[in-house]
Amino acid sequence: MSEFTYLFRGRQTSSSPDQRQKHLEKWVAWFKDLNGKGVIKNPGHPLEDTGKVVNGSQKTVKDGPFAEAKDVVAGFIVVEAKDLADAVELSKGCPILEVGGSVEVRPVQIMNL
Amino acid sequence: MVAALTRIFGFHNLALAEDVVQEAFCRATEVWAFRGVPENPSAWLMATAKNCALDLLRRERTARTYAPELGHLLESEWTLAPMIEEAFAPNAIRDDPLRMMFSCCHPQLAEEAHVALILHILCGFSVDEIANALVSSHAAIAKRITRGKKTLAKSKKLFDVTAPADFSSRLPSVHTALYLLFNEGYHGANPEFAVRSDLCREAMRLTAVLLEHPLCAIPQTSALAALMCLHAARLPARIDASGNLSSLFDQDRSAWDQQLIAEGISFLDRSAKGSQLSEYHLEAAIASVHASARGIEDTDWAQIVSLYDSLMTIRQSPIVALNRAIAVAQRDSPERGIEEIQAIADRDRLSSYPFYWAALGEFELRSQRYESAQEHFRSALALARNDAERSFFNRRLKASQTTMHS
Repeated sequence: MSEFTYLFRGRQTSSSPDQRQKHLEKWVAWFKDLNGKGVIKNPGHPLEDTGKVVNGSQKTVKDGPFAEAKDVVAGFIVVEAKDLADAVELSKGCPILEVGGSVEVRPVQIMNL
Repeated sequence: MVAALTRIFGFHNLALAEDVVQEAFCRATEVWAFRGVPENPSAWLMATAKNCALDLLRRERTARTYAPELGHLLESEWTLAPMIEEAFAPNAIRDDPLRMMFSCCHPQLAEEAHVALILHILCGFSVDEIANALVSSHAAIAKRITRGKKTLAKSKKLFDVTAPADFSSRLPSVHTALYLLFNEGYHGANPEFAVRSDLCREAMRLTAVLLEHPLCAIPQTSALAALMCLHAARLPARIDASGNLSSLFDQDRSAWDQQLIAEGISFLDRSAKGSQLSEYHLEAAIASVHASARGIEDTDWAQIVSLYDSLMTIRQSPIVALNRAIAVAQRDSPERGIEEIQAIADRDRLSSYPFYWAALGEFELRSQRYESAQEHFRSALALARNDAERSFFNRRLKASQTTMHS
């Protein structure tokens, strides 16, 4: 078993509170499903759209992240899966895909000393 | 609320659930003192408890493990608030007492521990109140509860109300606990109040919860409901107009609640199914004999004695034997009552029970042995657990003194 991080990108724009609520419920259902399968390694968190970006050796601080709405990282979680293909398969239930977002599936790199 | 929170926190964090509820109550008293009591206090409390729980879970996100079946769902903002919301949803809350009652009846614990835990967790009984209800010592009950909580803490999750397999094995313990809860209200050992109808109501409420569940609504449960209704019907007469405890022998029967009697009889009818005769059937039947008699003289004491005989074969306890002796005294003579009391096998266990001495006093009084009667009533008086009992025994003591001098 290996660990994979899902980076969720994109955010829902211009939807009614009712739609947002329905969408949120889908997320909860998906998390429950993953939790039931016992594949969650670290449930991560959803992220605010804005924050600061610290850059370079000068450590300049800017408002950020200023990415296109579809590229904004909306949150992350770490799952455990047999291999990358398995992790990709698991990610297909993510509700973000229904609203034009994406899931980036990245194996956790094992740093050996 | 403790039950709802325990479902989130897990049994091993029971104390945490209790703390959160406590904190919600504290916030309520502070805010209400300042702004007045809100329109819907229970909804306000519920919302406050939810917020307290959220705060706590955020503060200690990974410092503890919570209900194992919830896994990581409480650790993350993806799911934390929705999970709390779900736990407090009306249909979840409705099943909580049932789930909690059955969870407390863990098969690895003795029946006494089940009872103590239900009384403690679901009914908020203090250790002393439980000790009184179960005729035990503070230290023994405190130990029982601590051990019980430890055992429950090891269990993976709360009892699953959708799994019928364990229902039948745990149901008798749930019955016993509710029965004892009712008795604590009815024969209260509380130092302030001899009768705590709130506890009786609580027991009846939890029994109603059982009756709503198809797997719990067996004849024994109906019999338990019957006996509670039939006894509760007499509650208005248990304390007379001047606030004195009134025995069945002196009660104003017109004060008995006819609606509850009717309900009790209908539960008793419904319980007459199946092949198992339980102690609840018998006690309800005894109560129904009393309920249908116009007075002490009209009472069918022979039938009551024979019901007690059957009861003794199911549950042999010195208290049942004492009550049987009282019925024998009514049927035959006070002397026969005394004989029966002296024949009780583990009579020494009754020596701390004030009504044991009072019964002996009563029989001696009726047999015109006044000095001996006075001595017994003095023993009862010394053991009285509240003012109502004290004044009741005092009156009996006075009665035996005045009868002697007249």
